[in-house]
Amino acid sequence: MPVADRILTDETIESIRAYFPRYPTRQAVTLPALHVVNDRLRCVPREAVVEIAELLGLAPAEVQDTLSFYGFFRQDAPHGRTRVWVCRSICCALRGGEEVIDHLCHTLKVRPGGTTDDGRVTLEVAECLGACDFAPCMLAGQSLHKNLTNESAAEVIDRLE
Amino acid sequence: MTQFEPVLLARVEQPNSHTLSTYEAAGGFAALRKVLGELDPAGVVDLVKRSNLRGRGGAGFPTGLKWTFLPKDHPGPIYMCVNADESEPGTFNNRILMEEDPHQVLEGTIIACYATRATTAYIYLRYEYPLAFERLEAAIAECYAAGYLGRNILGHDFSLDVYVHRGAAAYICGEETGLIESLEGKRAWPRIKPPFPAVEGLFRKPTVVNNVETLCCVTHIAARGAEWFTSIGVPPDPSNPRDPGSFGPKLYCLSGHVNRPGCYEAPLGITCRQLIDEFGGGVWKGRKAKAAIPGGISMGLLAESELDTPLDFAGPVRAGCLGLGTAAVVVLDETTSIVDFLHNSARFFQHESCGQCTPCREGTAWALSMLERIRAGRGRLRDLELLLEIADSIGIIPGTTICGLADGAAWPMKNAIRKFRGEFEEYIRRTNPAGAETAEPVAAMAMESVHG
Repeated sequence: MPVADRILTDETIESIRAYFPRYPTRQAVTLPALHVVNDRLRCVPREAVVEIAELLGLAPAEVQDTLSFYGFFRQDAPHGRTRVWVCRSICCALRGGEEVIDHLCHTLKVRPGGTTDDGRVTLEVAECLGACDFAPCMLAGQSLHKNLTNESAAEVIDRLE
Repeated sequence: MTQFEPVLLARVEQPNSHTLSTYEAAGGFAALRKVLGELDPAGVVDLVKRSNLRGRGGAGFPTGLKWTFLPKDHPGPIYMCVNADESEPGTFNNRILMEEDPHQVLEGTIIACYATRATTAYIYLRYEYPLAFERLEAAIAECYAAGYLGRNILGHDFSLDVYVHRGAAAYICGEETGLIESLEGKRAWPRIKPPFPAVEGLFRKPTVVNNVETLCCVTHIAARGAEWFTSIGVPPDPSNPRDPGSFGPKLYCLSGHVNRPGCYEAPLGITCRQLIDEFGGGVWKGRKAKAAIPGGISMGLLAESELDTPLDFAGPVRAGCLGLGTAAVVVLDETTSIVDFLHNSARFFQHESCGQCTPCREGTAWALSMLERIRAGRGRLRDLELLLEIADSIGIIPGTTICGLADGAAWPMKNAIRKFRGEFEEYIRRTNPAGAETAEPVAAMAMESVHG
């Protein structure tokens, strides 16, 4: 496919190909490939699914089938510059996690799953983040924030770029 | 029993505990050298069998026995999957091991691969553990550079590659065949067994799936011997010939309404109350406990009167819970609403049901919508019977589903309603005093309408 018509850049394709030697089948590279694309585009558009499928020797439907199983990959629009996951499972809920979610919804004026108007933050609710010793907690991008209060959670989000 | 000495968490407080130099300075990789120098693979399997090590991921299956299910003289490849998809609410011990002591995880993985003749290991890591990912990748690179991974490890005729494979936020990937399907690049639908993974697993080859903490135990068994391991914990129940006992040290995760949440290492068999009082500094705010989850939310609930239950593989079952699970204890203080607890639990399982088996997909969804209606003040007393009917009919124990996720959804319902029935009835009578008879679902709250 001519470069101008592609969604995946040469660099993205090389990053995906780098996974090939790890697995005896190309299909096993599906999840790594979806992460590679999602890390760069903040979503995996359907055109990218077709290109991933071509790269892995699969039918686009096979990649789409796997993608749609995980609620993780957006397809219609990119998520915000930082994706914030706030835990709602039992250990966080017992220590105020639901209140943190509610507070952030109000201060950011979004519903869970929504992105702020400036495209800065996407607020997500998460099931157990495995940091129950620091409940309530949230993951902002790749950083874990611990022992949150409504105020400290809002401050963390304020400081995001 | 002699004074208990923590081994799994022995290094986590040390500076740079995640680096190879710290690990080696504390005696790390001596067990691997010993194993490669003194034992053949069958000898390691025998050692682990004699230790009676049982899997730490939740099911408690004897690890050595699992390894013996691999076909003899298989031409290979044989695969090892390290189950690091730790997603059971309340559980975080694998995270601490991978973040603070990744070399301990790798040494156990390497020894287990030698024992099972696996030549490739995939660490299936949940996506929500970015620091564990970073630390594992760095530790793997150090191991390749030091000759602990790669071709001819430490000069022996044994080669191994280890890769980290990141998940995408799905609880079902912790089920061992769901994990395998996910790794293969498919939707993580658990497989019907048999064939078990040991016979036909990843890429249709013989496969072992072991939990992170289980593999760490393998390292210490190799270093200290099977007798050391069986000197800790609870011996088999003599009246039950099938009980392999509950031996060894265990990482207990403690969270919820306690003064000092954390991960604590203790001999298998300490009681829930000891864990809360002696390690956790008691229930917070000077309150009393109302209940505690004994081992991750899918294990159900212990009432306050049952907190002296020993947290070994058999103890929670005797108190009507599903099992020891991941040994993650979550404390609910006396002010906690059991209705809210059960709603939170039902919401989790509805969200995480993979949708493959109808009883689980529909049962968890209907249970959630009934609990939403009860919470909204439109509950009926007979809803409790309906919830119990769902709970008693979904899962591998009643025989209606492929995997155990639905049993995990069922047990909190059974335990909460049967052990706290009065509270449910009181809530329904108080919030629906006229006894309004409607089973119309309530509008989903805004917050719950997303992430589907």
